Amino acid sequence: MKPARIDHTTGASRGSLKSYGTGFLLSIVLTAIAFALAMNGTLSRGIAILGICGAGVVQMLVHLHYFLHLDGSSEERWNVLALLFTLLIMTIFVGGTLWVMVTLNTRMMM
Amino acid sequence: MTVHAWSCQAVPAGVPEHHHAVEIQTFGFWIYLMSDLILFSTLFATFAVLGQNTAGGPTGKDLFDLPYLFGETLLLLFSSATYGMAMLAMQDDCKAVLLLWLGITFLFGLGFVCMEVNEFHGMIAAGNGPARSGFLSAFFTLVGTHGAHVTAGLIWMAVMIGQVLTKGLTTPVRSRLARLSMFWHFLDIVWIGVFSWVYLMGVL
Repeated sequence: MKPARIDHTTGASRGSLKSYGTGFLLSIVLTAIAFALAMNGTLSRGIAILGICGAGVVQMLVHLHYFLHLDGSSEERWNVLALLFTLLIMTIFVGGTLWVMVTLNTRMMM
Repeated sequence: MTVHAWSCQAVPAGVPEHHHAVEIQTFGFWIYLMSDLILFSTLFATFAVLGQNTAGGPTGKDLFDLPYLFGETLLLLFSSATYGMAMLAMQDDCKAVLLLWLGITFLFGLGFVCMEVNEFHGMIAAGNGPARSGFLSAFFTLVGTHGAHVTAGLIWMAVMIGQVLTKGLTTPVRSRLARLSMFWHFLDIVWIGVFSWVYLMGVL
């Protein structure tokens, strides 16, 4: 029998040694990649920024999946929905702020 | 099947009512984490706007010590993994092992906070405090808010070590440990955003 995905005494998803270990190794590698890109100095600025963003986003997904055990299963549906809604709000906040301020700077010819 | 007066949802047999309540608490805590994420996103937006306004003062390139920051980041990563080990010990009902991993996690977290306080102290002592420029105001607010969260997590962890010792692995204690684990991993995710955006892009 497959063990219950949700621990009913804590309401949280059960982790395993394998999931924590995989998540830990992946996050160390991704952190090292991001720092190496920043400290390298020979790459063009654009490529370095793209690489750091990419490593950061992948590492966040790794943490969500392997440490917080978020996935597409039905037990996690509401958690994922809440996260997606939060990401929408964050995009509006951060994107909107940058849009307004950059436009303002352009119009002020700064 | 039992139908409860307070909800129209039937609770399946085999899952006692308090377990159902615990799952709702966990979801409620997740909603809190999401609202905290929005708080951080406003601070990130502030940093994005003010990050270039150095007012003739030092830039990120002058201030940030990346090898030092890498050490700080590793401490937080280790603490996330060791908290995972604590949760596994809890699933196995190994109280002593759980306490050992919680203690190790606490020390890693404490090391992170100490390194951050040391970094802040060095910057302020050199005249580069939050009042120096818009960039530094936004920097101290964002990084300081994260550090305050980690400190709150440490206090919570100390309380939980005390509760495991005095109450044992009761259902409320286990569910609190599970929520602290969500909080702790969540802070690690926010830190990925902080070191990628503020520090690594700050030195480019």
